[in-house]
Amino acid sequence: MDFIRNFPFFSIWMPMVAGPVSSVLSGKKARLLNWTVVVASGLMSVATLVYVLSTGESFTYTMGAFPAPFGNEIRVGILEAVTASFFCLIMVLSLVGGHRFTKVDIPEEKQNLFYIMINLLLSSLLALIYTNDMFTGYVFIEINTISACGLIMIRGWGRNLLAAIKYMIMSLLGSGLVLISLSILYGITGHLLMEQMHESIVEIVQKGTYTEPLTVAVGLFCVGIAIKSALFPFHAWLPDAYGYSTCASSAILSSLVSKGYIFLLIKFFYRVIGAEIIHTIQVDDVLFVFGIAGMIFGSVSAIQQTDVSRMIAFSSVAQIGYIYMGFGLNTEAGIIASIFHILAHAAGKSLLFVSLNGLTQGTWENANYRLLRGSAYRNRIAGIGFAVGSLSMVGIPLLAGFTSKVYFAQAAFGAGSKVKMLVTLIALAISTILNAMYFIGQVINIYTPIENAEKKRYAAGASMWFAALAFIVANLVLGMGSQPIFRWIERGLSMFS
Amino acid sequence: MSKLRKDYEKSPLWKFLTFVKGDTPLPEEDHTEEWIRNVERAEETEKTENANYIELKETDPYEDAKRFAQMSGVRVFRKIYYVLAALMCIMIIAMLIMNVAFMPRFGSDETPTNNEVAERYLADGVEETGAVNLVTGMILKYRAFDTFGETNVLFIAACSVMILLLHRESTKLSVAEGRGKKLVKKKKREDEEDVDAEQDEDVILQTIARIVVPLIFLFGLYILLNGHLSPGGGFSGGAVMGAGLILYNSAFGFRKTQRFFDETVYDVIKVGSLCLYALIIAYYLFTGANGIDPMIPLGTPGKILSSGLILPINLLVGLEVACTMYAFYALFRRGSF
Repeated sequence: MDFIRNFPFFSIWMPMVAGPVSSVLSGKKARLLNWTVVVASGLMSVATLVYVLSTGESFTYTMGAFPAPFGNEIRVGILEAVTASFFCLIMVLSLVGGHRFTKVDIPEEKQNLFYIMINLLLSSLLALIYTNDMFTGYVFIEINTISACGLIMIRGWGRNLLAAIKYMIMSLLGSGLVLISLSILYGITGHLLMEQMHESIVEIVQKGTYTEPLTVAVGLFCVGIAIKSALFPFHAWLPDAYGYSTCASSAILSSLVSKGYIFLLIKFFYRVIGAEIIHTIQVDDVLFVFGIAGMIFGSVSAIQQTDVSRMIAFSSVAQIGYIYMGFGLNTEAGIIASIFHILAHAAGKSLLFVSLNGLTQGTWENANYRLLRGSAYRNRIAGIGFAVGSLSMVGIPLLAGFTSKVYFAQAAFGAGSKVKMLVTLIALAISTILNAMYFIGQVINIYTPIENAEKKRYAAGASMWFAALAFIVANLVLGMGSQPIFRWIERGLSMFS
Repeated sequence: MSKLRKDYEKSPLWKFLTFVKGDTPLPEEDHTEEWIRNVERAEETEKTENANYIELKETDPYEDAKRFAQMSGVRVFRKIYYVLAALMCIMIIAMLIMNVAFMPRFGSDETPTNNEVAERYLADGVEETGAVNLVTGMILKYRAFDTFGETNVLFIAACSVMILLLHRESTKLSVAEGRGKKLVKKKKREDEEDVDAEQDEDVILQTIARIVVPLIFLFGLYILLNGHLSPGGGFSGGAVMGAGLILYNSAFGFRKTQRFFDETVYDVIKVGSLCLYALIIAYYLFTGANGIDPMIPLGTPGKILSSGLILPINLLVGLEVACTMYAFYALFRRGSF
């Protein structure tokens, strides 16, 4: 066996060791350790990607001495490796970009706790991406939830505590539903590993013995993951949690945490249940409806906000709606568009949060839109970053958001029914207009010069310049050079079944 | 010229000069009454304005609708909300109960869970893991990675509670924040008062604790060490030991507990046990996945020194769990150890 096959395991294991070690380090040392670990995990994921691309086939890695139906296992294909590398990249850029604010917002004595949370969050995200075992998925969902909760409340404001409580209650409800669903699935299949589960489920559907529990289990799993990733009617926890956390936290939460769950849902749909069975029990239609509703109502709520950070948070609800709409189409093109949108949204949203925190430097960290007028002149790179991120979210050509919308539109033409196609296209059009209403408005707002303004410039600092430029480049690459990534996703998805 | 001072009014020279000139500043007046009067006046004006506003509202149909939405609309909405929520809950409960009827019968031969996986666990479990207690063998050998994850869940939960509640001892605080000496002294005194305020004079509790706590610790240790032989293992044994620590603490107070268990001890045990556990797991998973012989003898099943890595893992998990249990208690009660 090639040594490189161990890399995914190492990239999960390293942050899990770095977490406990950071609890006795000072804040600065914990930060250096954390950054090293994130970069190392990212490099390992890239190496895995190169390896998988060269061999052209996926491989499974036995966690321990016992093979598939008896012990744990992880599975690595192109799609997993691409997502893992990309998540590490976004995480390290968010940490670098939010570094100045992390130092200010979090008390010195609790800095190392922040980096413990980041470490374990990284390990849980990677485990959710690589796992080939549903119960391992559940264990790491728990770690993901608790560490996200820690990231929300570490700033210590009253609002953060309230947001953390909301998040905790909703998210634990989601975890509970997922656990019930997995118990039912284990009861009717007798397996926890994805491939064996899939075989027994196909058998069950053919025999027609346990179809009712199967439907209930799939429904509960979808609702659980939908609550945790803030699909439209379950998004009540989201704006506070994303809006008031410290910069690095909100960038990571909005761009990565919910995406880890969604990735597990993709695996559940296409590796455990199978696309045809999903279609026969009509879960995809339900997700389609809620996805469309999320696209519209998320944007409508975003327009009503006076606080720009809450506005960006509500726009996340709309973007999550796009992703679920792609699942709802339940075609290969739809799911590829959704996965591409996961990447595009992660790149755009983290850029927005990082640059918004740069813009609020002159306003006592208050993101009210009136206070932000003319703020782009105070901090130039943050202004440019905010503008690029907004344009990408709206879907201006050359940027990531445009490409994913084009993919969604193309997928709509391949959808099975004419109704779905029409609804998708109309919803895309309406949602784009709504997006433009609030994002372009804010860009104009921050570039409106105010008279008699204080001519003070806030130094952005090298870290923010670096992070914002890298994010902009990532957006441009996803927007203009999307073809190779698209093909990787396509090949990765074909490896799934 | 002398430097301009902002606080020149306080300087003795200024006071002397003003005294010589004869315009000594008036003694500070008591403005409370005036303030109260102002507040009262503001309230009155607000009342009258409100009265006008309500009168206006009564004539305007739009305002009527608005007031309805604000006053009784909220009440109506809340009622509908509660009814719908209750209906939703009942529906979900009914659905789940109905689902049970369709599930395979528990314990019968033909359940899908009764497959080759369970067969192998039962048939070859003792031979492959060396543990007589098959549950321990299953969670620490076959599904070792999941259990490692679960241990990390406990650790990160303790860290989250620390984010929320931790307030460090005064000496560490001064180093961390560079506070002045006076503040540190005040903080220290507060901490001491905090400790003194504990009621640790409960004779019944102390007498019983003196008898019971050693037994609890022994029992916890027994569960830990026998995890691979009889029901038990790291999590349950650690919980028992943690309960013993908590009982000791509530009987004798923090000051006596700190003699053998303070934050440093907690850190050492926590980091030591988790890192060792991580290393063992890495060794086990790495050798297993790459097909290398782990070279750890399993021993004869049934002996106390058997089953290879399960015994040390149980011990480490137990220490971590005991510390975490006590940490939860201490953090919620006092905010530090």
